[in-house]
Amino acid sequence: MTADSTGQMSGAANADSRFAHKPTRHIGERVIEAILFSVSMTAVAVTVGIVGILLYESASFFEQVSIVEFLTDTQWTIMFADKHYGVLPLLAGTLVTSTVALLFAVPVGTIAAVYLSEFASMRVRETVKPTLELLAGVPTVVYGYFALLMVTPALQWFMPDLPGFNMLGPGLVIGIMIIPYITSMAEDAMRAVPMQMREGSYAMGATRLQTSLRVVVPAATSGIVAAYILGISRAFGETMVVAVAAGQQPNFTWNPTEPGATITAFIVQVALGDLPHGSLEYQSIFAVGLVLVLMTLFFNVLGHVARMRFREVY
Amino acid sequence: MHDTQAIRQLVLRGRRRDAIFAIIGLICMMIGILTLAVLLAGLIQDGAHRLNWSFFENFPSRRAEKAGILSAMVGSSLVMLITAATAIPFGIGAGIYLEEYARRSWVTNLIEVNVTNLAGVPSIIYGLLALSLFVYALDFGQSILSAGLTLALMILPVIIVSTREAIRAIPVSIREAAYGVGATRWQLVRDHILPYSAGGILTGVIIGLARAIGETAPIITIGALTFIAFLPASPISGEFPFINFEWLESPFTVMPIQMFNWLSRPQAAFQENAAAAGLVLVVMTLVMNGAAIWLRIRFRKRIKW
Repeated sequence: MTADSTGQMSGAANADSRFAHKPTRHIGERVIEAILFSVSMTAVAVTVGIVGILLYESASFFEQVSIVEFLTDTQWTIMFADKHYGVLPLLAGTLVTSTVALLFAVPVGTIAAVYLSEFASMRVRETVKPTLELLAGVPTVVYGYFALLMVTPALQWFMPDLPGFNMLGPGLVIGIMIIPYITSMAEDAMRAVPMQMREGSYAMGATRLQTSLRVVVPAATSGIVAAYILGISRAFGETMVVAVAAGQQPNFTWNPTEPGATITAFIVQVALGDLPHGSLEYQSIFAVGLVLVLMTLFFNVLGHVARMRFREVY
Repeated sequence: MHDTQAIRQLVLRGRRRDAIFAIIGLICMMIGILTLAVLLAGLIQDGAHRLNWSFFENFPSRRAEKAGILSAMVGSSLVMLITAATAIPFGIGAGIYLEEYARRSWVTNLIEVNVTNLAGVPSIIYGLLALSLFVYALDFGQSILSAGLTLALMILPVIIVSTREAIRAIPVSIREAAYGVGATRWQLVRDHILPYSAGGILTGVIIGLARAIGETAPIITIGALTFIAFLPASPISGEFPFINFEWLESPFTVMPIQMFNWLSRPQAAFQENAAAAGLVLVVMTLVMNGAAIWLRIRFRKRIKW
């Protein structure tokens, strides 16, 4: 080894060159590291791009429409001659469909997660978890079909007055869509609770249900909250189900049985039409997009605070 | 005696509650799975009779019974080609950097926070980014290139996260052994880290692409046309240099947009087409996701450190 690297054994030329110090080797390593680093910075660039573009295009929008009108006017009629630029109808639509979705998905998802984590056998868990992933992979436009042509007609059975386009059906379908996310993440959180805590609880004579609800769930609260926040983000951002089945009419109402439009559905509706670059309609979709991002961000920050508050360290 | 009975009753009541909750839990767990079954059954009932060769060979048409998904299938494939070609190297590269190269620093933290946050950004926001950046600022137009890049940005976090998870599962002893025999960092990555994590990375890539293929909202936002009765120029040409890139700038439609278009028409015949297209779409994504899950289980079983 020493002989080779110092080059004293002139006979072993092969070995010599193999062990010789190669200055290019370090340069190559540096280049590769630099490439990998710049590739990773794409993630930062995308965030900067999203924030920058939303702010830039919205700024032009708010030069022509006052923020006060945007936030207080109860009509959004950008497609009509008598134009009103109030984001409240779209905001209401988003909140109504998301609330319906969460009222359905949070209890069902949580109970399913408790069952999977604390009651189901290993085999059941191993089969159900991948199935949940499959469910999460179904394209949203297919769920739109489900909402429009299957769920709404089924609801009309119980509620004959329900219009063909409404926010209740899409809301429920969004709920079904986010159940797999909530179940899967909440189950992971409960699995992570150390076994000793369950054993301690059983040793005190608690039943399975008591252990689940009074020991495991409180200990996993931080992770369960994270699951809910993910569900809320998904519900806010869901587009196709609402665009297909809720009627695409901005409607300032809190009643889920009426038709309505969400922020996302409005963006789709405008984008489907002919959209001149730089027009007020064009800028408006960035302004409402900004509202959507801020809403999502608000709940994510809230979730972060809640997670810190409930965090348990073992 | 009295006490024992009271205790027995207490135990019995506890057991009964356990059993009741188990039934409720089972029902809740099955809701999602039953929904998928009902959805598939509904799609088959409404759309299965439309699935014949001409449905795959025809362009969209004003007459529902003559309409097909040829341009949508070709569009989806070409868009996926761009998405895969950009998202896979970028995602894997970023994953490798974060796991094997990055030292703890504020830059690393910044990248990590961004990857986590991007995974939660609604997909339609990527459409807005692409509309302003790709379509107008970079002047790619409403083309296959714009759509492919949009979806690539969207699935980037998925690939990064799964790459990192796959790499993290490789024990430190492998790295120590490689460095011990004098390997450089890149040699370690190329000869050991990448081959051992290939299964996990592949799983993430497939799941990401399955998400991209079913994604509608961002593609509509960049202004994809819904009625396309022609095919983009073929990527492979007969004469030198055998590859052309004209198709990158071509207008296009994709499967989910074609389905959405049929779905938004009131006529029942078009909605049957929507069901048939939906069936194709669901089967495609189920097969892709199923393959990804199968691969993951297989690799997990095969590799025992």
